[in-house]
Amino acid sequence: MANADLVLSERAVRGKGHIVNSAAAFLAALAIGLILFFLLLPTLIVIPMSIGTSPYIEFPPRGLTFKWYEAYFSDPDWMAATWFSVRIAVATTMSATVIGTLAAVALVRGRLPGKEFLQAFTLAPLIVPHIVIAVALYLVFAPLGLTGSFYGFVIAHSMLAVPYVVITVSAALQRFDQNLELAALNCGATRLQAFLHVVLPNIRPGVAAGAVFAFLASFDEATVAFFISGIEGKTITRKMFEDIDFNLTPVIAAVSTVLTLVSLVLMSSIEIARQRSGNGRLG
Amino acid sequence: MHAKPSAEGSLGSRPTSAREYGPVLSLLLVSPLVLLLVGGFLYPVGKLFWGSIFVPEASFANYARILQEPLFLLVLRRTFEIGFVVTALALLLGYPVALAMARVPGRAAILIAACVLIPLWTSVLVRSYAWIVLLQRNGVVNNALIETGLTDTPLRLLYTQGAVIAAMTQVLLPFMILPIYSVVRNIPDDLVRAARNLGAGSLLAFVRVTLPLSLPGVTAGVLITFILSLGFYITPALVGGPSTLMMSTLIGQQTTELLDWPFAGALAAILLLATLLLVIVFRRTLAFNKGFKLG
Repeated sequence: MANADLVLSERAVRGKGHIVNSAAAFLAALAIGLILFFLLLPTLIVIPMSIGTSPYIEFPPRGLTFKWYEAYFSDPDWMAATWFSVRIAVATTMSATVIGTLAAVALVRGRLPGKEFLQAFTLAPLIVPHIVIAVALYLVFAPLGLTGSFYGFVIAHSMLAVPYVVITVSAALQRFDQNLELAALNCGATRLQAFLHVVLPNIRPGVAAGAVFAFLASFDEATVAFFISGIEGKTITRKMFEDIDFNLTPVIAAVSTVLTLVSLVLMSSIEIARQRSGNGRLG
Repeated sequence: MHAKPSAEGSLGSRPTSAREYGPVLSLLLVSPLVLLLVGGFLYPVGKLFWGSIFVPEASFANYARILQEPLFLLVLRRTFEIGFVVTALALLLGYPVALAMARVPGRAAILIAACVLIPLWTSVLVRSYAWIVLLQRNGVVNNALIETGLTDTPLRLLYTQGAVIAAMTQVLLPFMILPIYSVVRNIPDDLVRAARNLGAGSLLAFVRVTLPLSLPGVTAGVLITFILSLGFYITPALVGGPSTLMMSTLIGQQTTELLDWPFAGALAAILLLATLLLVIVFRRTLAFNKGFKLG
């Protein structure tokens, strides 16, 4: 508010530039509006597509229907792919959260030889292009019969998801006031007790955020899934990829809407929790 | 944030203080991660690269092939060209948005942030599919062009370089906006106000104060966007066609269609080398932006 007042008073003082300034401000707002429209359009367009009656791509839709959602939920192939993805994502969330949290504790608080190297190594799956990882995993998984298998996917996705957990938990550990843990130790708690009863509850938001990131890193992951899926075991993203290439029906729009809703609900819950706990602003 | 420095000083000198976990315990804690990364990442990627040199026999023939055949050189050049264009477009479109997000008051800033974050949180696959819907023959864009009379027959938009560039720019734009935003929002308002009070117009104040101070964010955004664009697979694979083959889609094609592992490995090695080189050279610029400093 104070800002706005200041801008107003500045305008009053300058006076002459007023019209030019407001015209420029209008143009700037228009330009930014257009860019935001460009950003948002692809996310928003799948929703009307998924409830339109026409089997062809049609925008805006002529009639409303839920038949594409029915088609999705009653198609055994889509359902098989969806459950396969959900099972993989849940298992990935558990393994990546546990592995990542333990590692973050060691990386932030531990005395480790080659710590810096390990920290860089942890981030490698985020930096290396996914196509490289995908092809490499396929090369190793195919002879072992791990393509299209639940365990193969959990290994691959845990590896891709674990850096997110290490990052969020490390940040939480650095904010944690160690005196609380020292107090617990002084009062006779063992290291494990102090960790479970004092450290863990305090870094819980970081662990939870890491878990959500891990879930989405697996559930939305498409490149590696494309390569290590099998004819039987394929994820929802692989099935979508195939259907986009071969028969482009509005069922894909329905599936897309479901996927988008899952992502948006999970991510906004993290963002809201972050805002509420007051650590950090957007971004 | 951190514990009081005095306490840290007194305890830090002990071999294994209460503040630190000992080396044995630390190794134990970090070992599942190391196992996962070695087995699920290092070994497969290493095997791929090993194969590119030593299968069927030790030679750099696969690498020589990339540099000799005009098609592969073209793909290499196209990958970098598309990367440059996408990065430049993302900077052009992203900078004003980042600036507005950091400078406008209250509600409007949250609205802009939502418009940036919602696409970021939408699966890349979903967004690439949406671009197909938008750009195909009887798609939204063509219909709009025909209705407004700009064209009589639908244009071929999909599977062109333009389609790949438009879709990749949209997908990567948040990665440009967020680093710039995080720098701009920390530039004190007072600096701009001081410049204005000293007689600078808003344009001059921007050019002399805001722009130079925002450069670290710009460098980080440019690097992240460019690096991601080099290795992008899903979007070029779906929105692009044979005439827009990039490094990533060429690697995919060599693997799934031609089953030429050693050659796919050589291509992957070059892609990875380019990426790592950029990351290592600019690691300081990139590190500040991760918002996380371990240890």
